[in-house]
Amino acid sequence: MKYLEEFQNPELARRLLDEIRATVTRPWALMEVCGGQTHTIIRHGIDQLLPDEVELIHGPGCPVCVTPLEVIDKALEIAARPDVIFCSFGDMLRVPGSDRDLFQVRSRGGDVRVVYSPLDALKIAQQNPHREVVFFGIGFETTAPPNAMTVHQARKLGIPNFSLLVSHVRVPPAIEAIMTSPSCRVQAFLAAGHVCSVMGMGEYPELADRFQVPIVVTGFEPLDILEGVRRTVRQLERGEHTVDNAYPRAVRSEGNPAAQAMLADVFEVTDRAWRGIGTIPASGWRLSERYRDYDAEYRFSVDGITTREPAACRSGEVLQGLIKPHECEAFGTACTPRSPLGATMVSSEGACAAYYLYRRLGTTPTPQEASPVA
Amino acid sequence: MCLAVPGKVLDIEERDGTRMATVDFGGVVKEVCLEYVPDLKVGEYAIVHVGFALQRLDEESARHTLALFEELGLLQEEFGDPWEAAAASQGWDGAGGTPPAALNDGERETSR
Ligand code: SF4
Repeated sequence: MKYLEEFQNPELARRLLDEIRATVTRPWALMEVCGGQTHTIIRHGIDQLLPDEVELIHGPGCPVCVTPLEVIDKALEIAARPDVIFCSFGDMLRVPGSDRDLFQVRSRGGDVRVVYSPLDALKIAQQNPHREVVFFGIGFETTAPPNAMTVHQARKLGIPNFSLLVSHVRVPPAIEAIMTSPSCRVQAFLAAGHVCSVMGMGEYPELADRFQVPIVVTGFEPLDILEGVRRTVRQLERGEHTVDNAYPRAVRSEGNPAAQAMLADVFEVTDRAWRGIGTIPASGWRLSERYRDYDAEYRFSVDGITTREPAACRSGEVLQGLIKPHECEAFGTACTPRSPLGATMVSSEGACAAYYLYRRLGTTPTPQEASPVA
Repeated sequence: MCLAVPGKVLDIEERDGTRMATVDFGGVVKEVCLEYVPDLKVGEYAIVHVGFALQRLDEESARHTLALFEELGLLQEEFGDPWEAAAASQGWDGAGGTPPAALNDGERETSR
């Protein structure tokens, strides 16, 4: 595929690695924010190819992993209702709730459907006017504009039986939370490229300045990651801390103004609990007053939820970069992609799943598990 | 699910007042909403996520980045240590663990 393969070229990767090796003189800890980048890094062994001085700490940027348990439990309640068709992206199916997951809801008769796009869910609502169609709207700034547009369309086309269960999250408040945590070791960030395709780079100079950290907007292919690391290490060695764009083919500094305008209309900023991490102020979006009618939390009152996390799961520490997945006792034994204890073992972008699939740490995935999950 | 990938616009039409396109992802063809990048043209590439084009992929900038990578290390090869250069042309310097051929795992999913 054009513009994917070119950015995986091993010869160019070697040059980038040489350049990084020639620049680095002492240890640095960089955090890649996005789970998609963690996936590329572990899959291609980039962390092992880099010089020992460069440590990559995996960040909390997997939306499937950080969706709060309470919201998952609400989704499961709603999905089990006989009048509901519950639509979701595929990687939410096996995310463990307190006592079951969406997959089990479906096997017990719930109408749970996997869609590629939120627009597919809207189409299902049009085709089933006598059923309630709920779409599970999770994701970062990348996924929020598609979901916002879908709700906007639902209102414009007058489709009353469609609603959104929203748990969107925003990257900049998460960076702030990481930097103000007492256990923070992070000295620079590889910022998530596609988040910036939408939001641009305007939110980052203040953070780079306040915390004295380089923030380098980085893409997702192996060469993109290496280029992000190269530019970051160069800044660190020079004692600089600016916002830089290592992914210019997909990121303009102003982002996508049309998408930003739609976000501002459909959503409003709210505090949000991140699974395993806790509440981060102003770190999420919910539907704005104007779109309340389309909010599944208001349409279906789901009360009396008591959440329960398995005690063994240390995904909160994994998500904050405090431990690596294989340092968790349950990794690969009590917890595997087939029977996950935590969400980080489920999603294709979760750090535990990436380590399990690509870093054969004494465990061998079955062929089904090794096959890519879209 | 956060993954967004470049795809090439094959054709464009209005549907229910919405600008939609057929987009080719290396053989997999999908319907994509163009409302956020309305001036995208047939033949251009866009970064697409869950059925929405989010940003035009700038081909010139992609080529520029690759050209920059090509230039890296050229100066060292020309003026640097000939032994190092010879080792480099063997593909790897032997000091860094797995050779970069690890990047060629050849099993990328098309849906990424
Ligand atoms: S390996 Fe499993 S139990 Fe351990 S932190 Fe990861 S998801 Fe949780």
